[in-house]
Amino acid sequence: MTTPVTAKPNDWTAYPDATGRFGDYGGRYVAETLMPLVLDLDGAYEAAKADPAFQSELNGYLTHYVGRPSPLYFAARLSEKFGARIWLKREELNHTGAHKINNCMGQILLAMRMGKTRIIAETGAGQHGVATATVCARFGLPCVVYMGAVDVERQKPNVFRMNLLGAEVRPVTSGAATLKDAMNEAMRDWVTNVADTYYLIGTAAGPHPYPAMVRDFQSVIGTEIREQILKEEGRLPDAVVACVGGGSNAIGTFHPFLADESVRIFGVEASGHGLDTDKHAASLTGGRPGVLHGNKTYLLQDADGQILDAHSISAGLDYPGIGPEHSWLHDVGRAQYLTCTDNEALAAFQYTAQLEGIIPALESSHAIAKLGEVVERVGRDSVIVLTLSGRGDKDVNTVANALGLTI
Amino acid sequence: MSRNRLDRRFAELAKEGRAAFVAYIMAGDPNAATAQAILDGLPAAGADVIELGLPFSDPMAEGPTIQRAAQRALKAGMTVAGTLAMVAQFRRRDADTPIVLMGYLNPILSKGYERFAAEAHLAGVDGLIMVDCPPEEADPLADALEAHDISLVRLATPTTDDKRLPAVVRRASGFVYYVSVAGVTGVKLADADTVAPAVARVKAASGLPVAVGFGIRTPEKAAEVARVADGVVVGSALVDEIAGGLDEISGAPNENVTERVLSLAAALAKAVRSARVRTA
Repeated sequence: MTTPVTAKPNDWTAYPDATGRFGDYGGRYVAETLMPLVLDLDGAYEAAKADPAFQSELNGYLTHYVGRPSPLYFAARLSEKFGARIWLKREELNHTGAHKINNCMGQILLAMRMGKTRIIAETGAGQHGVATATVCARFGLPCVVYMGAVDVERQKPNVFRMNLLGAEVRPVTSGAATLKDAMNEAMRDWVTNVADTYYLIGTAAGPHPYPAMVRDFQSVIGTEIREQILKEEGRLPDAVVACVGGGSNAIGTFHPFLADESVRIFGVEASGHGLDTDKHAASLTGGRPGVLHGNKTYLLQDADGQILDAHSISAGLDYPGIGPEHSWLHDVGRAQYLTCTDNEALAAFQYTAQLEGIIPALESSHAIAKLGEVVERVGRDSVIVLTLSGRGDKDVNTVANALGLTI
Repeated sequence: MSRNRLDRRFAELAKEGRAAFVAYIMAGDPNAATAQAILDGLPAAGADVIELGLPFSDPMAEGPTIQRAAQRALKAGMTVAGTLAMVAQFRRRDADTPIVLMGYLNPILSKGYERFAAEAHLAGVDGLIMVDCPPEEADPLADALEAHDISLVRLATPTTDDKRLPAVVRRASGFVYYVSVAGVTGVKLADADTVAPAVARVKAASGLPVAVGFGIRTPEKAAEVARVADGVVVGSALVDEIAGGLDEISGAPNENVTERVLSLAAALAKAVRSARVRTA
């Protein structure tokens, strides 16, 4: 069936291939109705990518609307705690408070270039939904966001934000009523409204070209890190670290460093209540390859190939799959993937607030929680860059609940 | 032998000058025993070809009716092996009615293409429709199925243009499934006026019979489509009869659920049979 790819490539950055594959992963597993649309999107994206006018328009919005470049900040007290030189890439300072907007800005400009007049998106925690609603408001396009009914309930402030921004939030009650079901429903909308609708996927997953396109739009993170760290430290980092759900902030951080063999790469998956329970979201560590949502990748699934519900305290990591490029980087060993439980993330959330005066998103807290393990592997006094993908204001209710407090 | 079952059936019907009535139910919905009783009763009710749904946790191309059917089936414990066992059981009583399994790729990939193809052939499966496996990704699966004489039935849709059609029907066998509307199953209604030229186009490109599905719910609509296609697929309407025959509180099937489904199947079959005057 699936043979993991073990041959190391000559150029790590040359993927996906023409069929949208990273080794054995990726591809375009969609219904025939969507196939012509996916091929159109591929052509349109390739043309936009090569068009200096598109890139310059995107860069203009990234600078003046999103607020890029985001700072690279030396976290003195975390450095002291872990015994290494820890730098934080401050994606939480972007407009809307997370890295999600980098991708949304790129895709909405592409959608308009393609003449699409209606935008749909899926969201888990609501961060991608808010970012999508934001760019739709900015450019005056109608926006429908699919969100699991369970998530609608636990992320009410974000639902209100999306509504304020003019988006329609449609609660999804099928399945477990969380992110994967929202994605199913968005695909059902797309297959029904093929003529005018653009599906703005929030992570580096889905049918080709989405994994490559979302990675490219998020690679602004790693590209900036490179320039900034060279200026600050005079050399490349020893390691880069990011949390991985679908994996868009991680692949955006990693990709510009893939060819630098001296730079170790660490992704952190959410292991929820623990890998030995059925309540986690660690697709690489606790899953196996399969096909879902348009791509072949590692998935949480049962013995019969039915997809399992993921669990993480962080709604943004609560997904049973992962972007296909991560599956490939995992198999070929270019990146190492660690796991972090709900409780470890909760602790990191609190000590980062107290040590640095920064409240990190629960997603990013997973990466912070593994800094000790990264330092053990890379060495004391090494230079480590961690992408702080989002801010934690949205999580204060969840954290208070987990700590048994009422706000 | 099994590929011949599909070819033979469509050839016989062409001779009779009528379209095939293709009945869809979900394996294991609402439970294994009831689904088996319905499956076993379909040929006598007039089904010429049977599509048996493989339940999947994330059926992205299905409307609410089939989504709920899949959930009922999975909850009742249906699996790929269980689905094949249903087919094997059916084959003890019926050697002629072709059975095509329809579902999503992951459970098949999980089992392994080769192992699935071998076991499906033994059970008496004639074809496979994989909703999320477009021709660009289909070769490894098609190789395994071909080796065991099972057709990988291809799907053509309103978005499949002339440029793309040859790629879609490459290696097609059995028949081609024309999805009559851009959308999910059981929601939008098919329109025979736009379906007719599409069927002709797909037929010319593939040289195979063309069955039309999605959005055919009533005997009237089935007859309308039967005039312009080689097969008429009805799924959601039959599955709705199953859902309607379940106890509202316990979800257990009422005594008459099998009868309800088979009686709608019989009405649909009759409409398809009488749609065309014999021409051959």
